[in-house]
Amino acid sequence: MLRREGLSKLTGRERYVDDLPLEDFLWGATVRSPAARGRISDIIFGDGVDWSEFVIVDHTDIPGRNAVYLMEYDQPALAPGYVRHVHEPVLLLAHPSREMARRALREVQVIVDVDPPALDFRTLPGPDLIQYGENNVLKRLSIQKGDVERALGESPIVVEGVYETGAQEHVYLETQGMLAYLDGEVLVIKGSMQCPYYVVKALKPALNRSEEEIQVIQTPTGGGFGGKEEFPSMVALHAGLLALKSRMPVKLIYDRTEDMVATTKRHPSQVRHRTGVDENGRLIAQEIEVVMDGGAYLTLTPVVLSRAIIHAAGLYHCDNVSILGRAMFTNSVPYGAFRGFGNPQAHFAVERHMDVIADRLRMDPVELRRINMIRDGQTTATGQVISDGVDRLQIVDRALALSDYERRRREHWVRNPEHRYLRRGIGMAAFYHGAGFTGSGEVMLDSRLHVEGNPDGKVQVLCASTEMGQGQVTIFTQLASDRLGYDPAEISIAEPDTHRVPDSGPTVGSRTAMVVGRLVERACDDLCRKAGVEIGAPGALVKEAIIAWHSAHPGERLLGKARYEPPPGIEWDEENYVGDAYGAFGWAAHVAEVEVDLRTYDVRVLDFVSVQDVGTVLNETLARGQVQGGVAQGISWALLEECVWKDGAMENGQLTNYIIPTSGDLPPIRVEFVEFPYEHGAQGAKGIGELPLVGAAPAVLNAVAAATGRQPTEIPLTPERLMALLANGDR
Amino acid sequence: MKDVITLHINGDEVEVGVPTHFTLLETLRYALGLTGSKQGCDKGDCGACTVLLDGRPHLACIMPVYEAIGRQITTVEGLAERRVPHPLQDAFDLCGAAQCGFCTPGILCSAYGLLAENPDPSRDEIRQALSGNLCRCTGYTKIFEAVEIAAESLRTGTDPRDIVAERYDLAFPSSSMRPAEHTAGSSTGASHA
Repeated sequence: MLRREGLSKLTGRERYVDDLPLEDFLWGATVRSPAARGRISDIIFGDGVDWSEFVIVDHTDIPGRNAVYLMEYDQPALAPGYVRHVHEPVLLLAHPSREMARRALREVQVIVDVDPPALDFRTLPGPDLIQYGENNVLKRLSIQKGDVERALGESPIVVEGVYETGAQEHVYLETQGMLAYLDGEVLVIKGSMQCPYYVVKALKPALNRSEEEIQVIQTPTGGGFGGKEEFPSMVALHAGLLALKSRMPVKLIYDRTEDMVATTKRHPSQVRHRTGVDENGRLIAQEIEVVMDGGAYLTLTPVVLSRAIIHAAGLYHCDNVSILGRAMFTNSVPYGAFRGFGNPQAHFAVERHMDVIADRLRMDPVELRRINMIRDGQTTATGQVISDGVDRLQIVDRALALSDYERRRREHWVRNPEHRYLRRGIGMAAFYHGAGFTGSGEVMLDSRLHVEGNPDGKVQVLCASTEMGQGQVTIFTQLASDRLGYDPAEISIAEPDTHRVPDSGPTVGSRTAMVVGRLVERACDDLCRKAGVEIGAPGALVKEAIIAWHSAHPGERLLGKARYEPPPGIEWDEENYVGDAYGAFGWAAHVAEVEVDLRTYDVRVLDFVSVQDVGTVLNETLARGQVQGGVAQGISWALLEECVWKDGAMENGQLTNYIIPTSGDLPPIRVEFVEFPYEHGAQGAKGIGELPLVGAAPAVLNAVAAATGRQPTEIPLTPERLMALLANGDR
Repeated sequence: MKDVITLHINGDEVEVGVPTHFTLLETLRYALGLTGSKQGCDKGDCGACTVLLDGRPHLACIMPVYEAIGRQITTVEGLAERRVPHPLQDAFDLCGAAQCGFCTPGILCSAYGLLAENPDPSRDEIRQALSGNLCRCTGYTKIFEAVEIAAESLRTGTDPRDIVAERYDLAFPSSSMRPAEHTAGSSTGASHA
């Protein structure tokens, strides 16, 4: 099936938040902190604008708790006198003219008595930098399996490595934006978001309103990638505060620079590996430490760290594993959800490290992976027994075959010494990603979904899942139409509106097709039961039954309902990080071929092959899009995307010097699926959205290592970093 | 200060009152309700605002509206003729080349400009022509494929569906390809507007 809203997007009819027709409204704007840390001693309003024309909101206008609530109440909606990162929101302004609102921003001066900021997450802070707990540690987590200390001591070879990754900005093409207005006593919020119920959850305590007094509606969303998971709650709260004070509709749309410098980003990381191996390359012990920069507020950092450490040992079997995770408070912009959610950082380190080990052992890196790759019956670091029947070696072999890995490698050996300045290399990464929420997370979400049969026999799916380009509307239409035997034209997907749809959980974590999609199927079955028709009956009979039910129950609603139920046999010990971390894992292998120019230190990716097991592929075109887009973001995280920091502020907040790939910067991305269906996912589907991003960076850097004979350990591998690496010794 | 100007947009002559400092993009979006052209950066960096002036792509976000007077302006809303999608729109749809859709209007205009000048572009020529349009969802591969299919369709008069079916060895039974237009998820505007 083609993307359901495709033509609407292709003809310009799709209405994103800034496209909604609106009259008599105010443009909102956000006054932000100029300093990374300190007390606000004064706020000076310049005389370049007439302030009587403006609505101004500060923290004293917040009726409830001054916090953007998700996991904790630590992050203020507006700084109450003390700031903890540059660009932290201090005041809100609104004016009928966008131009005037922007001008006013330049007229406000926030004066901060500066305290020394904690800016390096890698070192433990001195006493004057401590602002969170005893030592600025936001979260510590640990996974222990076997006896690592003893096993490392007995290992004939121990290989160490330190790997670092930088912050990454989402750069969804549509910036953050919200519209807020009062409809009677109900505060209506419309805008660009992944998780309508997260917005409700944040607004309730801050505005002292009940769920009935807050209506959140997702508008078509121009990309999310995690950047519209938790941050939109802040924008919605700000727009809501302005609307409540002005009693007028308020539109708050971030400009690109504001969006780049002030919103969440991917957590920077430093990962240490000490690995014991025998002469044949068999893993004896893995000692791993994962340190992440959490930024100035908690956001989702503990769960990002959790996903990172669970995946940190890679898709290998090892009897002795120790993984320590630590997320640090710093006075930088809060880091938050970004596609992959900690796992790309974990896999950059472990998959780069596997090549470093292979280099040390003078072994083929593919062979090293092959002999250690987890097999059914073996356990992960948390002790989860893998028994999904997936042929992981087949995935690797398929990627090698499609990329012509062996032949390319031999060609490079011949070609590289002959060329004056070009070096080619090919590298691979094998990796995995747990789909859905970690551990007992899905049980806690308690997702619900309804499928409604209408009097005319048509059917509507009611859920809070959101479309942001990934294809949720299309996939849910397919699932419902397949389950009910309906023509897809007779299925509609309700607008995500918290006053109309139940909470089916956030649209994050590669959970939508697999977990919520399964609820679509089960709610369809429930609809059939309630309509008095056999499950699996032909669509015409189902439709007849729905129409008949309505004749017998005039004015009533016919709702098929489903509520999340965990797959049997899943056990997770949250206290000790032992057990089944995820119901299902997606498995994949990437192969990248690169060319390094020794004159410019430019790395060009020539070819990229991705082979993925995401369970049943529900829609080949959409699935291919998810993989190609994820790979593209991973390649550019590896090579191009660098946040440049100065005193805690991102300096390069525009697309001319924060580089994301143009059409000229990416190779053809070739995708193949190997399907191992998951019995508890919709039609056998597993998660897909994040997996392809996870392994892209190590595949590219392993190719650079093959091309240059050096071992890069840090991304983004910009020309400057590559130059430093290559200059440091012989080529 | 407001001024009344005359513009030629998508084949129509329109009079519009705009503040004198407005860009072409602000005029289209906020004065004329033609919101198909997007504001992605407002600095000429991302290409989401690309429209056609006399058939050639231009960045509407950095163009003072006065510069568009007397020229034929085509926006994404004007690409389809008599509600029949342009082959580019069909090809993008078939290939899945629009994901979140925010860069799509600009990319379509750039591609339209390319095909008007060069009916049989190579992959590299397509890359070059679209290099001012950022897309964060697709990794571009599907966009290149879609432009190639549209080019072939325009050259040969073949339906893009037949080209896709042949190229990718896929069967696209035309009747079951798409259900009726999805409307439930598309907002129709704030209730107070």
